[in-house]
Amino acid sequence: MPDLLLELFSEEIPARMQADAAETLRKLVTDALVERGLVYEGAKAFVTPRRLALAVHGLPAGQPDSHEERKGPRVGAPEGAIQGFLKAAGLESIEQAIVESDPKKGDFYLARIHRPGRPTPEVVAEIVPAIIRSFPWPKSMRWGSGSLRWVRPLQSILCTFGPETEEPEVVPFEVDGIASGAVTQGHRFLAPGAIRVRRLEDWMAKLETAFVVADRERRKDIILADAKDLALAQGLELVEDAGLLDEICGLVEWPVVLMGTFDESFLDVPDEVIRATIRANQKCFVLKDPASGRLANRFILVSNLKASDGGKAIIAGNERVIRARLSDAKFFWDTDRRTNATVPLAERLEKFANVTFHEKLGSQFERIERIAALAETLAPLVGADAKLAREAALYAKSDLRTEVVGEFPEVQGLMGKYYARLEGLPEEIALAAEEHYKPQGPSDRVPTAPVSVAVALADKLDTLVGFWSIDEKPTGSKDPYALRRAALGVVRLVLENGLRLRLAEIVEPELLIFFADRLKVHLREQGARHDLVDAVFALPGQDDILLIVKRVEALGRFLATDDGRTLLAGYKRAANILRIEEKKDGVSYAGGVDLVLLHEPEERALAEAIAKVGEPIEKALEAENFEAAMGEMATLRAPVDAFFDKVTVNAPDPALRVNRLRLLADIRTATRAIADFDRIEG
Amino acid sequence: MIDPALPPHMRPDKSFQGLILALHAFWADKGCAVLQPYDMEVGAGTFHPATTLRALGPKHWKAAYVQPSRRPKDGRYGENPNRLQHYYQYQVILKPSPANLQDLYLASLEAIGIDLNLHDVRFVEDDWESPTLGAWGLGWECWCDGMEVSQFTYFQQVAGFECTPVSGELTYGLERLAMYVQGVENVYDLNFNGREGDEKVTYGDVFLQAEQEYSRHNFEFADTDMLFEQFRMAESAAAKYLEAGWSADRSRHLMAQPAYDQCIKASHVFNLLDARGVISVTERQSYILRVRELAKACGAAWLATDAGGAPAA
Repeated sequence: MPDLLLELFSEEIPARMQADAAETLRKLVTDALVERGLVYEGAKAFVTPRRLALAVHGLPAGQPDSHEERKGPRVGAPEGAIQGFLKAAGLESIEQAIVESDPKKGDFYLARIHRPGRPTPEVVAEIVPAIIRSFPWPKSMRWGSGSLRWVRPLQSILCTFGPETEEPEVVPFEVDGIASGAVTQGHRFLAPGAIRVRRLEDWMAKLETAFVVADRERRKDIILADAKDLALAQGLELVEDAGLLDEICGLVEWPVVLMGTFDESFLDVPDEVIRATIRANQKCFVLKDPASGRLANRFILVSNLKASDGGKAIIAGNERVIRARLSDAKFFWDTDRRTNATVPLAERLEKFANVTFHEKLGSQFERIERIAALAETLAPLVGADAKLAREAALYAKSDLRTEVVGEFPEVQGLMGKYYARLEGLPEEIALAAEEHYKPQGPSDRVPTAPVSVAVALADKLDTLVGFWSIDEKPTGSKDPYALRRAALGVVRLVLENGLRLRLAEIVEPELLIFFADRLKVHLREQGARHDLVDAVFALPGQDDILLIVKRVEALGRFLATDDGRTLLAGYKRAANILRIEEKKDGVSYAGGVDLVLLHEPEERALAEAIAKVGEPIEKALEAENFEAAMGEMATLRAPVDAFFDKVTVNAPDPALRVNRLRLLADIRTATRAIADFDRIEG
Repeated sequence: MIDPALPPHMRPDKSFQGLILALHAFWADKGCAVLQPYDMEVGAGTFHPATTLRALGPKHWKAAYVQPSRRPKDGRYGENPNRLQHYYQYQVILKPSPANLQDLYLASLEAIGIDLNLHDVRFVEDDWESPTLGAWGLGWECWCDGMEVSQFTYFQQVAGFECTPVSGELTYGLERLAMYVQGVENVYDLNFNGREGDEKVTYGDVFLQAEQEYSRHNFEFADTDMLFEQFRMAESAAAKYLEAGWSADRSRHLMAQPAYDQCIKASHVFNLLDARGVISVTERQSYILRVRELAKACGAAWLATDAGGAPAA
């Protein structure tokens, strides 16, 4: 079976777009082939900085023939209808149609259309230009005098088709003046010039000799293996970085891994800052000394050139730039330390008065003041010293004005910790500076140190309350201020630290609903049944996240028992009857059971059981002992069962009927102490 | 490759001036008109009318020039070995962008002494945008051994207008390149004139004092009342010239360039005010928008001129 090879050769494709583009090309081309009846055995996409390629294996030489029958108008129909039919069926005259007889409708025309399948190259020549013209790059451009859009100027197209044993043919087409051919280019510097290619194996092999590794995963493997080897040879350990590796493999066609050195004195600067500098600006890896766990004064660079001097000039050049960058970083670090040592915190804080946090929410200074006040209020609830929590909150954002954080925003918080230690501040304050941003997402660590927890809660709550008050709420996929993340952060801080917090005292009712939603999402992800969460939330005054979760858990356990299941069934039956009868009567029943009218022993027993269970449940709930409350509730199971077994609710005597409906309403009321059983499924 | 017969004061790797001369020779050879710097303060070589305005309209255009660029905020009182509030950009514009623009660029690096078999040159994604000019393009920052030495951009839009044909723009950071080819760590140590001993003139001899003085000016003393007034005046003058330049039927414009000068002026004054820290975050956006409006109006005016490709009246 023949194979198709397609290569779109261009100027350098942005690294971040390459992997997606390869996958998109594969999908677009193979989908279009299949849609046209060309089923294939396999397909693989390739991408390098300068080329996007696709190989499709095992394609048929042509489309299968197709047959179609098309019904036409009846014989003797008006001329217009006949002409329309001829046009639609592709017939030249009505003689080419067949006359069919139908017992009901009489004679009518029928066209048997036989379409011979087209050769695959012809189909490919139609598909590929259309895909090129409408390729969904995240950002595309025009160049020269043309109107074609591509991610960067498209320079040539290779497209061949043919069976393994024969010389493949070029699939001929043209896109904006670029004619397809069988020619590609090797490495820009190491093997310039045209290379004639036949098919995939040939393309891969010839590119490899022309210093191009076409397979992205293989480039990654080479980089990683060589980097580790180089590190090992120096007794060091590579600090792996998957994101960086992804980017680098999109910047080279022929990875050459080299090691450079920087002055040891730069190691005064915190590791994270060195790493951020070297990673962000130079796209190099850093190395660790396994003995100390600290960074070594080496870095790994990946060049795209096998240089004639073995890479000496390239290493020297990179070392020079890294030296300049680290000098900057060290300068920032030194400046910050000097500033912190000479300018009191209060004075540094005042500078935040000139920094707008948000147009409608005042300055950064006002925000810090709010967070500090809230942290102080929350401190006793989380077991933190109130004064310390306040000081920690005042300090927590101070690194935002430092030089290092100005240059590398990703080390915010962390720098605050380092600077706090250097200033000799209590360790709680240092930790809070780093940890108050946590947790950043569902998998980030939740702080546990009380002062950190107080500041982290205050920071997030202030953000939520603030943006809520100016009506900047998340909508759909838009959440520019990451409010969902902040709310989830509060939820996790509370749950994982076992905190008791009445949210209603801090936030408005609408924001409370937002928290409820976040909690639901969180619990669902933990495997809790969403209906149980709903059943608890439906009760009034649920604003204590920890208690809600405890109740949901207890409810889940209760419903897993025989008592729980049976009681729920009984409840559902009662609720159903009530719903129907209440609708009929146009009233809703609640309370007022007349003991005198309780004739049957089962209804008396039920009434007594309900009356008896109220107080212990209330006590158990007061003690926040949900297990005990559920246990009490379980005592209703038997009387409810017996009641439905023996007693007819809709008694002929209206007074009896109403009294029994009231009794059912009492079941409903009793269970409401624990959850809204209506919301529970099953 | 550098002609070994060249004396040091002409060599790109021995003198700052030699670097400029080598680039002039290279691009003149490729058919560029070698222009002189625009005689106004600008933040980047792109502001030169030979780029901004000429990128608009259908007419073909090739030019190369040095443009002093002023970034008041980047001043460091002459104390930072890499940062300057006044530096030189070497600017090339080719319209339409030729198919071999990358090759031309690489050849220009060879012409200034960068051996492509020894050095790792790469094209790393960099989208360019100038909010004040209402312009954007796609391209790369060009790396040599990990150092950004040039910007390479295909203009897509300028002054809010689509560019057809598309111009290719190359911007070389001259000081940085010179430091690289001269092997110097501090910009002020660059050999400017290629001489040694008493006759040697360094970059520091020419510019160190200026950096100190202008940093003081930009950060501490620039007269902000005057600057606010100048911004207002430039803005209203631009509007006046733009209005007066239109023909009666508004099909032709006769004063696009004087109006654009005022737009450049407003942009630089804004940069100075920004460096003085007297413009708040919110105001900042509105100033940028005001300059952009001027740039757009100037672009529209330019398109109604001969050089902008307007049909003859």
